[in-house]
Amino acid sequence: MSLDFEKDVAEIECRIEEFKAKNPEPTGALVKELNRLEMERADKLKEIYSSLTPWQTVQVARHPERPLIRDFINGLCSEFIELHGDRLFGDDRGMIGGFATIENHRVMVIGHQKGKELDEKIKCNFGQACPEGYRKALRLMKLAEKFHIPVVTFIDTPGAFPGRDAEERGQAEAIARNLLEMAALKTPVIAIVTGEGGSGGAIGIGVGDVVLMLSNAVYSVISPEGCASILWRDGTKAAEAANALKITAKSLLQLKIIDEIIPEPVGGAHRDFVTTMKTTKKVLLKHLTSLEKVSPRKLTSRRFDKFAAMGRFK
Amino acid sequence: MAWFHKSKEIAAKPESPKKEDIWIQCPSCKAHIYKDEWGKNLKVCDRCHFHERLTWKERVDVLLDEGTFVELNAKVSWNDPLKFSDSKGPYAEKAVENCEKTGMKESVATGAGKINGIKVAIAIMDFRFMGGSLASGTGEKILQTALYAIRHKLPYIILSASGGARMHEGIISLMQMPKTCAALAQLREANLPYISIMTDPTTGGVSASFAMVGDIHIAEPRSLIGFAGRRVIEETIKQKLPEDFQTAEYLVDHGFVDMIVHRKDMKDMLSKILKYAGCR
Repeated sequence: MSLDFEKDVAEIECRIEEFKAKNPEPTGALVKELNRLEMERADKLKEIYSSLTPWQTVQVARHPERPLIRDFINGLCSEFIELHGDRLFGDDRGMIGGFATIENHRVMVIGHQKGKELDEKIKCNFGQACPEGYRKALRLMKLAEKFHIPVVTFIDTPGAFPGRDAEERGQAEAIARNLLEMAALKTPVIAIVTGEGGSGGAIGIGVGDVVLMLSNAVYSVISPEGCASILWRDGTKAAEAANALKITAKSLLQLKIIDEIIPEPVGGAHRDFVTTMKTTKKVLLKHLTSLEKVSPRKLTSRRFDKFAAMGRFK
Repeated sequence: MAWFHKSKEIAAKPESPKKEDIWIQCPSCKAHIYKDEWGKNLKVCDRCHFHERLTWKERVDVLLDEGTFVELNAKVSWNDPLKFSDSKGPYAEKAVENCEKTGMKESVATGAGKINGIKVAIAIMDFRFMGGSLASGTGEKILQTALYAIRHKLPYIILSASGGARMHEGIISLMQMPKTCAALAQLREANLPYISIMTDPTTGGVSASFAMVGDIHIAEPRSLIGFAGRRVIEETIKQKLPEDFQTAEYLVDHGFVDMIVHRKDMKDMLSKILKYAGCR
Protein backbone atom coordinates (compact mmCIF):
# COMPACT_ATOMS: atom_id res chain seq x y z
CA MET A 1 0.00 0.00 0.00
CA SER A 2 1.47 3.35 -0.98
CA LEU A 3 0.65 6.64 0.75
CA ASP A 4 -0.69 9.62 -1.17
CA PHE A 5 2.61 11.50 -1.05
CA GLU A 6 4.39 8.46 -2.48
CA LYS A 7 2.57 8.72 -5.84
CA ASP A 8 5.78 9.31 -7.78
CA VAL A 9 7.36 6.19 -6.32
CA ALA A 10 4.24 4.16 -7.00
CA GLU A 11 4.34 5.35 -10.59
CA ILE A 12 7.95 4.24 -11.04
CA GLU A 13 7.11 0.93 -9.41
CA CYS A 14 4.31 0.52 -11.96
CA ARG A 15 6.77 1.13 -14.74
CA ILE A 16 9.18 -1.42 -13.27
CA GLU A 17 6.40 -3.99 -13.07
CA GLU A 18 5.36 -3.32 -16.64
CA PHE A 19 8.94 -3.50 -17.79
CA LYS A 20 9.44 -6.80 -16.02
CA ALA A 21 6.24 -8.19 -17.48
CA LYS A 22 7.33 -7.23 -21.00
CA ASN A 23 10.91 -8.40 -20.47
CA PRO A 24 10.81 -11.47 -18.25
CA GLU A 25 14.50 -12.20 -18.92
CA PRO A 26 16.18 -8.87 -19.68
CA THR A 27 19.67 -8.80 -21.15
CA GLY A 28 22.18 -6.11 -22.16
CA ALA A 29 20.65 -2.66 -22.50
CA LEU A 30 17.42 -3.89 -20.94
CA VAL A 31 19.21 -4.79 -17.69
CA LYS A 32 20.74 -1.35 -17.71
CA GLU A 33 17.30 0.20 -18.17
CA LEU A 34 15.87 -1.86 -15.33
CA ASN A 35 18.73 -0.80 -13.07
CA ARG A 36 18.13 2.79 -14.06
CA LEU A 37 14.49 2.47 -13.08
CA GLU A 38 15.39 0.87 -9.76
CA MET A 39 17.83 3.71 -9.08
CA GLU A 40 15.21 6.26 -9.99
CA ARG A 41 12.84 4.61 -7.53
CA ALA A 42 15.43 4.59 -4.74
CA ASP A 43 16.35 8.23 -5.36
CA LYS A 44 12.73 9.31 -5.37
CA LEU A 45 12.05 7.43 -2.14
CA LYS A 46 15.08 8.98 -0.53
CA GLU A 47 14.01 12.43 -1.68
CA ILE A 48 10.50 12.04 -0.29
CA TYR A 49 11.56 10.49 3.02
CA SER A 50 14.30 12.99 3.69
CA SER A 51 11.78 15.81 3.82
CA LEU A 52 8.59 14.34 5.24
CA THR A 53 6.24 16.88 6.80
CA PRO A 54 5.00 16.10 10.31
CA TRP A 55 1.60 15.10 8.91
CA GLN A 56 3.22 12.78 6.35
CA THR A 57 5.25 11.28 9.20
CA VAL A 58 1.96 10.56 10.99
CA GLN A 59 0.85 8.59 7.92
CA VAL A 60 4.08 6.56 7.97
CA ALA A 61 3.80 5.98 11.73
CA ARG A 62 0.26 4.63 11.19
CA HIS A 63 1.12 2.65 8.05
CA PRO A 64 -0.85 -0.62 8.04
CA GLU A 65 2.30 -2.57 7.18
CA ARG A 66 4.48 -0.94 9.84
CA PRO A 67 6.22 -3.45 12.14
CA LEU A 68 4.18 -4.08 15.29
CA ILE A 69 5.27 -5.38 18.68
CA ARG A 70 5.11 -9.04 17.57
CA ASP A 71 7.45 -8.20 14.70
CA PHE A 72 9.88 -6.53 17.08
CA ILE A 73 9.73 -9.50 19.44
CA ASN A 74 10.35 -11.90 16.54
CA GLY A 75 13.09 -9.72 15.13
CA LEU A 76 14.94 -8.89 18.35
CA CYS A 77 14.40 -11.74 20.77
CA SER A 78 15.65 -15.32 20.69
CA GLU A 79 13.02 -16.27 23.24
CA PHE A 80 9.68 -14.88 24.34
CA ILE A 81 7.55 -16.31 27.10
CA GLU A 82 4.26 -14.45 27.10
CA LEU A 83 2.53 -13.74 30.39
CA HIS A 84 -1.15 -12.96 30.67
CA GLY A 85 -3.55 -11.09 32.89
CA ASP A 86 -3.64 -8.32 35.46
CA ARG A 87 -4.79 -10.66 38.28
CA LEU A 88 -7.67 -8.26 38.90
CA PHE A 89 -10.03 -8.36 35.99
CA GLY A 90 -8.79 -9.95 32.79
CA ASP A 91 -6.23 -10.11 30.02
CA ASP A 92 -6.02 -7.17 27.66
CA ARG A 93 -4.84 -8.23 24.20
CA GLY A 94 -4.11 -4.58 23.43
CA MET A 95 -1.16 -4.75 25.82
CA ILE A 96 1.11 -7.76 25.71
CA GLY A 97 4.20 -8.71 27.64
CA GLY A 98 6.48 -11.39 28.92
CA PHE A 99 10.02 -12.60 29.49
CA ALA A 100 12.31 -12.17 26.52
CA THR A 101 15.93 -12.72 25.65
CA ILE A 102 17.78 -10.20 23.51
CA GLU A 103 21.28 -11.53 22.75
CA ASN A 104 22.55 -12.30 26.26
CA HIS A 105 20.15 -9.99 28.09
CA ARG A 106 17.08 -11.35 29.89
CA VAL A 107 14.41 -8.63 29.93
CA MET A 108 10.70 -8.04 30.43
CA VAL A 109 9.10 -6.89 27.21
CA ILE A 110 5.83 -4.96 27.43
CA GLY A 111 3.96 -3.07 24.75
CA HIS A 112 0.83 -2.12 22.88
CA GLN A 113 -0.48 -4.50 20.28
CA LYS A 114 -2.47 -3.07 17.39
CA GLY A 115 -3.05 -6.37 15.61
CA LYS A 116 -2.64 -7.23 11.92
CA GLU A 117 -5.79 -8.91 10.63
CA LEU A 118 -9.18 -7.35 11.28
CA ASP A 119 -10.33 -9.89 13.87
CA GLU A 120 -7.05 -9.51 15.73
CA LYS A 121 -7.31 -5.72 15.53
CA ILE A 122 -10.77 -5.89 17.06
CA LYS A 123 -9.58 -8.24 19.82
CA CYS A 124 -6.89 -5.78 20.83
CA ASN A 125 -9.00 -2.67 20.32
CA PHE A 126 -6.59 -1.40 17.64
CA GLY A 127 -3.87 -0.99 20.24
CA GLN A 128 -5.99 1.10 22.59
CA ALA A 129 -5.33 -0.53 25.93
CA CYS A 130 -7.88 -0.73 28.74
CA PRO A 131 -7.21 -0.35 32.48
CA GLU A 132 -6.49 -4.09 32.73
CA GLY A 133 -3.81 -3.61 30.07
CA TYR A 134 -2.04 -0.90 32.08
CA ARG A 135 -2.43 -2.99 35.24
CA LYS A 136 -1.01 -6.04 33.48
CA ALA A 137 1.91 -3.88 32.35
CA LEU A 138 2.47 -2.74 35.93
CA ARG A 139 2.28 -6.28 37.25
CA LEU A 140 4.97 -7.34 34.81
CA MET A 141 7.13 -4.33 35.65
CA LYS A 142 6.96 -5.16 39.37
CA LEU A 143 7.88 -8.74 38.48
CA ALA A 144 10.88 -7.49 36.52
CA GLU A 145 11.89 -5.41 39.53
CA LYS A 146 11.65 -8.46 41.76
CA PHE A 147 13.74 -10.58 39.36
CA HIS A 148 16.24 -7.78 38.71
CA ILE A 149 15.74 -7.73 34.97
CA PRO A 150 15.33 -4.61 32.83
CA VAL A 151 12.01 -3.57 31.33
CA VAL A 152 11.75 -2.75 27.62
CA THR A 153 8.48 -1.16 26.51
CA PHE A 154 7.26 -0.78 22.94
CA ILE A 155 4.89 2.15 22.49
CA ASP A 156 2.46 2.10 19.57
CA THR A 157 -1.06 3.28 20.35
CA PRO A 158 -3.57 5.86 19.13
CA GLY A 159 -4.37 6.38 22.83
CA ALA A 160 -5.91 4.59 25.80
CA PHE A 161 -9.33 3.13 24.99
CA PRO A 162 -12.09 5.71 25.44
CA GLY A 163 -14.94 3.38 26.35
CA ARG A 164 -17.57 3.21 29.03
CA ASP A 165 -16.17 0.05 30.59
CA ALA A 166 -12.65 1.47 30.55
CA GLU A 167 -13.87 4.55 32.45
CA GLU A 168 -15.79 2.45 34.94
CA ARG A 169 -12.76 0.28 35.64
CA GLY A 170 -10.59 3.36 36.15
CA GLN A 171 -8.65 4.17 32.98
CA ALA A 172 -7.38 7.36 34.62
CA GLU A 173 -6.33 5.59 37.82
CA ALA A 174 -4.57 2.79 35.93
CA ILE A 175 -2.44 5.21 33.91
CA ALA A 176 -1.77 7.48 36.89
CA ARG A 177 -0.69 4.50 39.01
CA ASN A 178 1.75 3.38 36.31
CA LEU A 179 3.32 6.84 36.13
CA LEU A 180 3.95 6.87 39.86
CA GLU A 181 5.17 3.27 40.08
CA MET A 182 7.39 3.53 37.00
CA ALA A 183 9.07 6.60 38.49
CA ALA A 184 9.99 4.51 41.52
CA LEU A 185 10.79 1.20 39.77
CA LYS A 186 14.12 -0.20 40.94
CA THR A 187 15.16 -1.74 37.65
CA PRO A 188 16.19 -0.19 34.32
CA VAL A 189 13.40 0.89 31.98
CA ILE A 190 13.89 1.52 28.27
CA ALA A 191 10.90 2.85 26.34
CA ILE A 192 10.81 2.76 22.54
CA VAL A 193 8.19 4.67 20.58
CA THR A 194 7.89 2.51 17.48
CA GLY A 195 4.81 3.97 15.80
CA GLU A 196 2.14 6.17 17.34
CA GLY A 197 2.86 7.61 20.78
CA GLY A 198 -0.71 8.56 21.59
CA SER A 199 -0.97 10.76 24.68
CA GLY A 200 -1.77 9.25 28.09
CA GLY A 201 -2.05 5.82 26.53
CA ALA A 202 1.60 6.07 25.49
CA ILE A 203 3.13 7.65 28.59
CA GLY A 204 1.30 5.02 30.69
CA ILE A 205 4.18 2.67 29.79
CA GLY A 206 6.65 5.39 28.80
CA VAL A 207 8.49 6.50 31.93
CA GLY A 208 11.94 5.26 30.89
CA ASP A 209 15.51 5.85 31.98
CA VAL A 210 16.09 6.02 28.26
CA VAL A 211 13.36 6.93 25.77
CA LEU A 212 14.07 5.98 22.16
CA MET A 213 12.07 6.68 19.05
CA LEU A 214 12.08 5.30 15.53
CA SER A 215 12.75 8.08 13.06
CA ASN A 216 9.24 8.02 11.55
CA ALA A 217 7.37 7.49 14.80
CA VAL A 218 5.34 10.31 16.37
CA TYR A 219 4.64 11.16 20.01
CA SER A 220 2.00 13.67 21.00
CA VAL A 221 -0.22 15.01 23.76
CA ILE A 222 -3.24 14.67 21.44
CA SER A 223 -3.81 13.33 17.92
CA PRO A 224 -3.42 16.01 15.25
CA GLU A 225 -7.07 15.42 14.27
CA GLY A 226 -8.23 15.89 17.86
CA CYS A 227 -6.18 19.03 18.29
CA ALA A 228 -7.43 20.45 15.00
CA SER A 229 -11.06 19.86 15.87
CA ILE A 230 -10.64 21.60 19.23
CA LEU A 231 -8.25 24.48 18.50
CA TRP A 232 -8.98 24.98 14.81
CA ARG A 233 -12.61 23.89 15.17
CA ASP A 234 -11.98 21.94 11.98
CA GLY A 235 -10.80 18.32 11.97
CA THR A 236 -9.43 18.68 8.44
CA LYS A 237 -6.71 21.06 9.69
CA ALA A 238 -4.82 18.07 11.09
CA ALA A 239 -1.73 18.82 9.01
CA GLU A 240 -1.45 22.29 10.55
CA ALA A 241 -1.99 20.88 14.03
CA ALA A 242 0.66 18.20 13.40
CA ASN A 243 3.08 20.98 12.51
CA ALA A 244 2.27 23.08 15.55
CA LEU A 245 2.40 20.19 18.04
CA LYS A 246 6.03 19.23 17.26
CA ILE A 247 5.47 15.49 17.25
CA THR A 248 8.34 14.14 15.16
CA ALA A 249 11.39 12.36 16.55
CA LYS A 250 13.64 15.21 15.46
CA SER A 251 11.57 17.84 17.29
CA LEU A 252 11.31 15.69 20.40
CA LEU A 253 15.05 15.14 20.50
CA GLN A 254 15.53 18.92 20.37
CA LEU A 255 12.99 19.34 23.17
CA LYS A 256 14.96 16.74 25.20
CA ILE A 257 11.91 14.50 25.55
CA ILE A 258 13.64 11.55 23.90
CA ASP A 259 17.26 10.45 24.18
CA GLU A 260 18.02 8.97 20.79
CA ILE A 261 16.49 8.42 17.38
CA ILE A 262 16.65 4.95 15.84
CA PRO A 263 17.06 5.61 12.11
CA GLU A 264 14.70 3.73 9.82
CA PRO A 265 15.72 2.42 6.41
CA VAL A 266 14.95 4.66 3.42
CA GLY A 267 11.24 4.56 2.70
CA GLY A 268 10.28 3.71 6.28
CA ALA A 269 10.41 0.70 8.60
CA HIS A 270 7.54 -1.02 6.76
CA ARG A 271 9.69 -1.37 3.61
CA ASP A 272 12.51 -3.23 5.32
CA PHE A 273 11.88 -5.11 8.56
CA VAL A 274 15.31 -6.75 8.59
CA THR A 275 17.26 -3.49 8.61
CA THR A 276 14.82 -1.93 11.08
CA MET A 277 15.34 -4.80 13.53
CA LYS A 278 19.10 -4.74 13.09
CA THR A 279 19.34 -1.03 13.87
CA THR A 280 16.86 -1.21 16.74
CA LYS A 281 18.73 -4.13 18.28
CA LYS A 282 22.05 -2.32 18.10
CA VAL A 283 20.75 0.81 19.85
CA LEU A 284 18.79 -1.20 22.39
CA LEU A 285 21.77 -3.38 23.32
CA LYS A 286 23.96 -0.33 23.80
CA HIS A 287 21.55 1.17 26.33
CA LEU A 288 20.79 -2.15 28.04
CA THR A 289 24.47 -2.77 28.61
CA SER A 290 25.07 0.64 30.11
CA LEU A 291 21.89 0.75 32.26
CA GLU A 292 22.51 -2.69 33.73
CA LYS A 293 25.64 -1.28 35.39
CA VAL A 294 23.75 1.45 37.27
CA SER A 295 22.60 0.80 40.84
CA PRO A 296 18.82 0.81 41.44
CA ARG A 297 19.10 3.79 43.76
CA LYS A 298 21.00 5.81 41.19
CA LEU A 299 18.58 4.73 38.47
CA THR A 300 15.50 6.05 40.25
CA SER A 301 17.18 9.27 41.27
CA ARG A 302 18.38 9.89 37.70
CA ARG A 303 14.94 9.02 36.35
CA PHE A 304 13.40 11.54 38.73
CA ASP A 305 15.84 14.25 37.66
CA LYS A 306 15.21 13.49 33.99
CA PHE A 307 11.43 13.91 34.17
CA ALA A 308 11.59 16.75 36.71
CA ALA A 309 13.66 18.74 34.20
CA MET A 310 11.05 18.43 31.45
CA GLY A 311 9.31 21.76 31.04
CA ARG A 312 11.63 23.62 33.39
CA PHE A 313 12.76 26.66 31.47
CA LYS A 314 14.22 29.16 33.89
CA MET B 1 -48.71 69.61 50.38
CA ALA B 2 -48.57 65.93 51.09
CA TRP B 3 -49.03 64.94 47.50
CA PHE B 4 -46.33 67.41 46.43
CA HIS B 5 -43.80 65.97 48.85
CA LYS B 6 -44.63 62.50 47.85
CA SER B 7 -44.11 63.18 44.20
CA LYS B 8 -40.77 64.79 45.00
CA GLU B 9 -39.84 61.72 46.94
CA ILE B 10 -40.64 59.52 44.04
CA ALA B 11 -38.61 61.69 41.74
CA ALA B 12 -35.63 61.45 44.09
CA LYS B 13 -35.86 57.72 44.59
CA PRO B 14 -32.94 55.94 42.96
CA GLU B 15 -33.64 53.48 40.20
CA SER B 16 -34.81 50.22 41.66
CA PRO B 17 -31.96 47.72 41.72
CA LYS B 18 -31.82 45.28 38.86
CA LYS B 19 -32.89 41.73 39.49
CA GLU B 20 -29.34 40.48 38.85
CA ASP B 21 -27.97 42.66 41.64
CA ILE B 22 -29.98 40.88 44.30
CA TRP B 23 -30.56 37.45 42.87
CA ILE B 24 -28.45 34.77 41.38
CA GLN B 25 -29.88 31.96 39.40
CA CYS B 26 -28.44 28.54 40.18
CA PRO B 27 -26.74 27.38 36.98
CA SER B 28 -28.02 23.88 37.62
CA CYS B 29 -31.58 23.94 39.00
CA LYS B 30 -32.32 27.55 37.95
CA ALA B 31 -33.63 28.41 41.42
CA HIS B 32 -33.32 32.05 42.42
CA ILE B 33 -30.99 32.59 45.35
CA TYR B 34 -30.20 35.82 47.22
CA LYS B 35 -26.73 36.97 46.26
CA ASP B 36 -25.78 37.39 49.94
CA GLU B 37 -27.01 33.90 50.62
CA TRP B 38 -25.03 32.50 47.66
CA GLY B 39 -21.84 34.03 49.05
CA LYS B 40 -22.51 32.85 52.58
CA ASN B 41 -23.20 29.38 51.21
CA LEU B 42 -19.75 29.31 49.56
CA LYS B 43 -21.38 29.44 46.12
CA VAL B 44 -23.33 26.26 46.70
CA CYS B 45 -27.01 26.04 45.79
CA ASP B 46 -29.08 25.37 48.88
CA ARG B 47 -31.69 23.59 46.87
CA CYS B 48 -29.78 21.21 44.58
CA HIS B 49 -26.31 21.33 46.17
CA PHE B 50 -24.74 22.47 42.94
CA HIS B 51 -21.16 23.58 43.71
CA GLU B 52 -20.05 26.54 41.61
CA ARG B 53 -16.37 26.57 40.59
CA LEU B 54 -14.21 28.71 42.85
CA THR B 55 -11.13 30.80 42.23
CA TRP B 56 -7.97 29.75 44.02
CA LYS B 57 -8.28 32.68 46.43
CA GLU B 58 -11.81 31.66 47.33
CA ARG B 59 -10.49 28.14 47.98
CA VAL B 60 -7.85 29.56 50.33
CA ASP B 61 -10.59 31.40 52.23
CA VAL B 62 -12.75 28.30 52.46
CA LEU B 63 -10.05 25.81 53.45
CA LEU B 64 -7.25 27.53 55.31
CA ASP B 65 -7.11 29.26 58.67
CA GLU B 66 -7.33 33.00 58.18
CA GLY B 67 -4.02 34.67 57.44
CA THR B 68 -1.98 31.46 57.37
CA PHE B 69 -1.52 31.06 53.61
CA VAL B 70 1.95 31.80 52.25
CA GLU B 71 2.27 31.57 48.51
CA LEU B 72 5.22 29.60 47.08
CA ASN B 73 6.64 29.37 43.56
CA ALA B 74 4.75 32.53 42.62
CA LYS B 75 7.29 33.40 39.97
CA VAL B 76 6.84 30.20 37.98
CA SER B 77 4.83 31.06 34.90
CA TRP B 78 3.56 29.63 31.62
CA ASN B 79 6.04 28.91 28.83
CA ASP B 80 5.80 28.65 25.09
CA PRO B 81 8.38 26.00 24.19
CA LEU B 82 6.76 25.17 20.84
CA LYS B 83 6.06 28.77 19.78
CA PHE B 84 2.55 27.47 19.32
CA SER B 85 -0.08 29.15 17.21
CA ASP B 86 -3.55 28.04 16.17
CA SER B 87 -6.37 29.48 14.09
CA LYS B 88 -7.10 32.05 16.78
CA GLY B 89 -3.51 33.28 16.93
CA PRO B 90 -0.42 32.72 19.06
CA TYR B 91 -0.62 30.84 22.36
CA ALA B 92 1.56 33.56 23.91
CA GLU B 93 -1.20 36.14 23.38
CA LYS B 94 -3.83 33.86 24.82
CA ALA B 95 -1.67 33.13 27.85
CA VAL B 96 -1.09 36.84 28.50
CA GLU B 97 -4.84 37.46 28.27
CA ASN B 98 -5.42 34.71 30.82
CA CYS B 99 -2.82 36.21 33.14
CA GLU B 100 -4.56 39.59 32.97
CA LYS B 101 -7.98 38.05 33.45
CA THR B 102 -7.01 35.99 36.50
CA GLY B 103 -4.02 37.75 38.05
CA MET B 104 -2.27 34.36 37.89
CA LYS B 105 0.79 33.26 35.93
CA GLU B 106 -0.27 29.65 35.62
CA SER B 107 -3.29 27.43 36.20
CA VAL B 108 -2.31 26.55 39.75
CA ALA B 109 -1.46 28.46 42.92
CA THR B 110 0.77 26.75 45.46
CA GLY B 111 1.81 27.42 49.00
CA ALA B 112 1.61 26.46 52.62
CA GLY B 113 -1.00 27.19 55.26
CA LYS B 114 -2.91 25.77 58.17
CA ILE B 115 -6.10 23.72 58.31
CA ASN B 116 -7.56 23.94 61.81
CA GLY B 117 -4.03 24.48 63.08
CA ILE B 118 -2.41 21.67 61.03
CA LYS B 119 0.29 22.90 58.67
CA VAL B 120 -0.04 21.66 55.09
CA ALA B 121 1.51 22.15 51.67
CA ILE B 122 -1.22 22.88 49.15
CA ALA B 123 -1.71 23.26 45.41
CA ILE B 124 -4.95 24.78 44.14
CA MET B 125 -5.88 24.65 40.46
CA ASP B 126 -7.99 27.43 39.02
CA PHE B 127 -10.24 26.61 36.08
CA ARG B 128 -10.31 30.24 34.93
CA PHE B 129 -6.71 30.03 33.70
CA MET B 130 -7.02 28.24 30.34
CA GLY B 131 -9.48 25.71 31.71
CA GLY B 132 -7.10 24.78 34.50
CA SER B 133 -5.01 22.98 31.92
CA LEU B 134 -1.84 21.13 32.91
CA ALA B 135 1.26 22.65 31.32
CA SER B 136 4.94 23.10 32.16
CA GLY B 137 4.45 25.81 34.78
CA THR B 138 1.62 23.88 36.43
CA GLY B 139 3.71 20.71 36.64
CA GLU B 140 6.74 22.55 37.94
CA LYS B 141 4.72 24.23 40.72
CA ILE B 142 3.09 20.97 41.76
CA LEU B 143 6.49 19.27 41.82
CA GLN B 144 8.19 22.07 43.75
CA THR B 145 5.41 22.05 46.35
CA ALA B 146 5.81 18.29 46.80
CA LEU B 147 9.52 18.83 47.41
CA TYR B 148 8.67 21.61 49.87
CA ALA B 149 6.32 19.21 51.70
CA ILE B 150 9.14 16.65 51.90
CA ARG B 151 11.65 19.21 53.20
CA HIS B 152 9.24 20.43 55.87
CA LYS B 153 7.63 17.02 56.57
CA LEU B 154 4.17 18.30 55.69
CA PRO B 155 1.10 16.58 54.29
CA TYR B 156 0.29 17.57 50.72
CA ILE B 157 -3.16 18.54 49.48
CA ILE B 158 -3.92 19.12 45.80
CA LEU B 159 -7.24 20.51 44.61
CA SER B 160 -7.72 19.67 40.96
CA ALA B 161 -9.88 21.66 38.54
CA SER B 162 -8.79 20.93 35.02
CA GLY B 163 -9.86 19.87 31.57
CA GLY B 164 -6.55 18.02 31.13
CA ALA B 165 -3.18 18.61 29.48
CA ARG B 166 -2.71 21.91 27.63
CA MET B 167 -2.36 21.24 23.90
CA HIS B 168 -0.49 24.51 23.34
CA GLU B 169 2.60 23.17 25.09
CA GLY B 170 2.33 19.84 23.27
CA ILE B 171 4.45 16.96 24.50
CA ILE B 172 5.87 19.14 27.30
CA SER B 173 2.36 19.20 28.81
CA LEU B 174 2.10 15.41 28.50
CA MET B 175 5.39 15.04 30.35
CA GLN B 176 3.98 16.93 33.33
CA MET B 177 1.98 13.78 34.04
CA PRO B 178 5.03 11.58 34.84
CA LYS B 179 6.78 14.61 36.31
CA THR B 180 4.13 15.31 38.94
CA CYS B 181 3.72 11.59 39.66
CA ALA B 182 7.48 11.21 40.11
CA ALA B 183 7.32 13.98 42.74
CA LEU B 184 4.45 12.20 44.48
CA ALA B 185 6.46 8.97 44.43
CA GLN B 186 9.12 10.83 46.44
CA LEU B 187 6.44 12.09 48.83
CA ARG B 188 5.31 8.49 49.31
CA GLU B 189 8.91 7.41 49.89
CA ALA B 190 9.06 10.06 52.65
CA ASN B 191 5.90 8.52 54.13
CA LEU B 192 3.94 11.76 53.96
CA PRO B 193 0.19 11.89 53.40
CA TYR B 194 -1.25 13.09 50.11
CA ILE B 195 -4.92 14.01 49.84
CA SER B 196 -6.35 14.61 46.37
CA ILE B 197 -9.48 16.74 46.18
CA MET B 198 -11.27 16.51 42.85
CA THR B 199 -13.46 19.44 41.98
CA ASP B 200 -15.41 20.17 38.83
CA PRO B 201 -13.91 19.21 36.41
CA THR B 202 -11.05 16.76 36.93
CA THR B 203 -10.50 15.13 33.56
CA GLY B 204 -7.96 13.99 30.96
CA GLY B 205 -4.28 14.20 31.83
CA VAL B 206 -4.94 15.52 35.34
CA SER B 207 -7.25 12.65 36.28
CA ALA B 208 -4.71 10.28 34.68
CA SER B 209 -1.86 11.60 36.80
CA PHE B 210 -1.57 13.33 40.18
CA ALA B 211 -5.31 13.57 40.92
CA MET B 212 -5.77 9.77 40.95
CA VAL B 213 -2.84 8.65 43.08
CA GLY B 214 -3.85 10.15 46.41
CA ASP B 215 -3.84 8.26 49.69
CA ILE B 216 -7.33 9.64 50.04
CA HIS B 217 -9.60 10.83 47.23
CA ILE B 218 -12.25 13.39 48.09
CA ALA B 219 -14.63 14.92 45.56
CA GLU B 220 -17.03 17.82 45.67
CA PRO B 221 -20.62 16.82 44.94
CA ARG B 222 -21.50 16.25 41.29
CA SER B 223 -18.03 17.15 39.98
CA LEU B 224 -17.19 15.81 36.53
CA ILE B 225 -14.33 13.31 36.91
CA GLY B 226 -13.07 11.09 34.12
CA PHE B 227 -10.42 10.27 31.56
CA ALA B 228 -12.00 10.61 28.12
CA GLY B 229 -14.69 13.10 27.14
CA ARG B 230 -18.33 12.03 27.03
CA ARG B 231 -18.68 12.84 23.34
CA VAL B 232 -15.57 10.84 22.39
CA ILE B 233 -16.82 7.82 24.35
CA GLU B 234 -20.30 8.02 22.83
CA GLU B 235 -18.78 8.18 19.36
CA THR B 236 -16.50 5.22 20.12
CA ILE B 237 -19.08 2.88 21.60
CA LYS B 238 -22.04 4.20 19.60
CA GLN B 239 -24.16 4.33 22.73
CA LYS B 240 -25.73 7.01 24.88
CA LEU B 241 -24.11 7.22 28.29
CA PRO B 242 -26.12 7.40 31.51
CA GLU B 243 -26.89 10.85 32.87
CA ASP B 244 -24.68 10.44 35.94
CA PHE B 245 -21.70 9.03 33.99
CA GLN B 246 -18.36 10.41 35.26
CA THR B 247 -19.91 12.27 38.18
CA ALA B 248 -18.25 12.19 41.59
CA GLU B 249 -21.11 9.97 42.81
CA TYR B 250 -20.53 7.56 39.92
CA LEU B 251 -16.84 7.34 40.83
CA VAL B 252 -17.66 6.53 44.45
CA ASP B 253 -19.89 3.71 43.19
CA HIS B 254 -17.05 2.37 41.06
CA GLY B 255 -14.48 2.57 43.82
CA PHE B 256 -12.26 5.44 42.72
CA VAL B 257 -13.25 8.12 45.20
CA ASP B 258 -13.38 7.65 48.96
CA MET B 259 -16.01 10.22 49.76
CA ILE B 260 -18.00 13.17 48.58
CA VAL B 261 -17.75 16.12 50.89
CA HIS B 262 -19.87 19.27 50.82
CA ARG B 263 -17.80 22.41 50.51
CA LYS B 264 -18.81 23.69 53.93
CA ASP B 265 -17.58 20.46 55.55
CA MET B 266 -14.35 20.09 53.58
CA LYS B 267 -12.04 21.87 56.00
CA ASP B 268 -13.14 19.88 59.03
CA MET B 269 -13.00 16.61 57.12
CA LEU B 270 -9.44 17.36 56.01
CA SER B 271 -8.28 18.09 59.54
CA LYS B 272 -9.97 14.93 60.83
CA ILE B 273 -8.23 12.78 58.23
CA LEU B 274 -4.89 14.49 58.73
CA LYS B 275 -5.06 13.64 62.43
CA TYR B 276 -5.43 9.94 61.54
CA ALA B 277 -2.30 10.40 59.43
CA GLY B 278 -0.49 11.64 62.51
CA CYS B 279 -0.33 15.29 61.50
CA ARG B 280 -0.65 17.97 64.09
